Amino acid sequence: MNHDPSKTSHYVDAGFYEKLIADFGGWQSDAAEQSDVGLRDSCRRFLEKEARFLDQGRNAEWLGLFAPECLYWVPASLDGGDPRREVAVSFDDRRRMEDRVFRLDTDHAWSQQPVSRTARLVSNVTVYATDAADDVFMVRSNFLTTEFQAGDKRIYTGWYGHQLRRLGNSNGESWQILVKQVNLIDCDQNLRNPSIVL
Amino acid sequence: MIKMDKMSAGAGSLDAGYDWDRLVQEDRVSRQIYTDPVIFAAEMTKIFGAVWVYIAHESQIPNNDNFVRSRLGLRPIIVTRDSSGRVRALYNRCTHRGATICRQDSGSAKGFTCPYHGWAYSNNGKLSGVPWPDGYADDALDGDKFNLAQVARVDSYRGFIFATLNADAPSLDDYLGGVKQPIDEWLDRQPGGKVAVCNANRLKFDGNWKLAYDNAADGYHVVFSHRSLLAMENRMAEDKGMTYYKENPDGAPMYVRYFGNGHHFKDKRPNMEVRPGAMWEIESLHPGMEHVEEDFRRRHGDRANELLDLASSEPVNINVFPNLMLLGNHIQVVQPLSVSETDTTWWGTAVIDVDGDIGDDLEAINALRMRTQEGFPNFGEVDDLMNFEQIQAGLAAAEDEWVYMHRGLGLEEGRITVDEGGVITGPATDEVFMRETMKVYKRLMSDDPAIGITRDPDAGDG
Ligand code: FES
Ligand SMILES: [Fe+2]
Repeated sequence: MNHDPSKTSHYVDAGFYEKLIADFGGWQSDAAEQSDVGLRDSCRRFLEKEARFLDQGRNAEWLGLFAPECLYWVPASLDGGDPRREVAVSFDDRRRMEDRVFRLDTDHAWSQQPVSRTARLVSNVTVYATDAADDVFMVRSNFLTTEFQAGDKRIYTGWYGHQLRRLGNSNGESWQILVKQVNLIDCDQNLRNPSIVL
Repeated sequence: MIKMDKMSAGAGSLDAGYDWDRLVQEDRVSRQIYTDPVIFAAEMTKIFGAVWVYIAHESQIPNNDNFVRSRLGLRPIIVTRDSSGRVRALYNRCTHRGATICRQDSGSAKGFTCPYHGWAYSNNGKLSGVPWPDGYADDALDGDKFNLAQVARVDSYRGFIFATLNADAPSLDDYLGGVKQPIDEWLDRQPGGKVAVCNANRLKFDGNWKLAYDNAADGYHVVFSHRSLLAMENRMAEDKGMTYYKENPDGAPMYVRYFGNGHHFKDKRPNMEVRPGAMWEIESLHPGMEHVEEDFRRRHGDRANELLDLASSEPVNINVFPNLMLLGNHIQVVQPLSVSETDTTWWGTAVIDVDGDIGDDLEAINALRMRTQEGFPNFGEVDDLMNFEQIQAGLAAAEDEWVYMHRGLGLEEGRITVDEGGVITGPATDEVFMRETMKVYKRLMSDDPAIGITRDPDAGDG
């Protein structure tokens, strides 16, 4: 049966959780690290574009970078944990990501009034091959997001794990995000107003 | 009588001269109770030392030697189930020169050794050894004097562990009083009447802890503070989440109730029909929901409703003064950090298959239950916390002294009912629960409770 993942959530099932936990465990092996400079640059530019969209408040375009069946995941434990038994800071499927953006766009999300100004730095990009498919890569990067809101500066920092699918085309490469995992260094601590997209 | 090192609250002298009749009045309270560091310091003893304070859940320390770090007001404590099985609240404070002895959030240990000079303690609080004892005079380490301080009165109610430093406090059972009923109902809807605490959604705000407690049964703020959440929950569906607050919340069947001792309860269940599946129907949309529902209905027929309700959040707010709130499936703990800084930690809970009749579906139920629990902290609580911070900011205005909580006061008879036991019930947006809590607050702050610690591991019994 075909379901529109923006409207109903069918794909987050037992198999999805199992695959997620498998895909996000043990992928950062030296053997899988990719040395191809072009590949790395392509991934890096894609991550920078994602960061730019978020910094510029281009939320709809940010959503457009993701596959229809995708995940935005901010674990509340350092190793990612098991989301079947643990609450996450955020665990958004496609519909919930759209919920998140919808809410921010209502102008009545008081946690984002005034809207935070942000500057995201993304660096230390490393690309890893996966066993799953030739066109799916895991990318690790470090991030430092500075947020300014109502006279206050705050930072979020840690590393991203992006599961990316390569969409080949004749003029080089473009990418689609299957899963974005945001690993905050203080993910298991009390956070003040974590209402921006990380 | 419990053997305790008695002392005066001490804070009594700090806030001597505060005129509580002026600061807390029937219809309003002074901004000062939210902004004054001297009052805050007094609260840490007169409230967080003198009444039963929630410190941990038994499922966090299921086995002997398990421990979890916590706080009693600002006091760092270790809640441990000692080697004999007794639950204790030990001060996480070395008796030598004061360093914390346990720096891990949770774990299992028969004892704790101070990293500074190596003094060692058993997990019942007893000093078990000091390095090079011949450096101390013969009897210098004798007796109880160098055992860890601990709370003499630790008791639990159906898994919730509380502690008080006040020898004169009533029993925990009496302290909880009427609020035990909604706690019982909250637990009894779970298999075997139990939940297991997992990890937490952790938030904090720059504001006084009472702003969170005042808000806990506030039905007035919902449609305004949570306007974006209500819009979000209903963008693709109708009558989801807290829709029953729209239009005329005071005409809805839900109510707010006050039990005494500062405990209150906002019960939104009467807005639903009483039948399996009713809770699930108003649950807003969460990851995996349609898959689980279709799968359960196909395989379980009518019983699916019961199982789906276990993944749904119960529409109640059960508030136990001063720091425990049960809402949805969360156990929320309010932890003051300073007069204008507070942690709100939303412990998640999972279903336990106590009777073994859930079987293989337990994982799917709990996974979905994790997702329903993430909803409010992400899309609701952040807006509340911003409003609390903005109250704290507004209260910087010194000459504009009063914070009002008089909604409902002076209106016609019959709006509020009081039963023979003194339990007060009113419409959802009434602030009567806040006024009553402030009366308790005022009484506590005007008292000089006899609080103290013990160093005798055999003292106390809860
Ligand atoms: S402070 Fe603990 S051993 Fe000295
Ligand atoms: Fe609220």
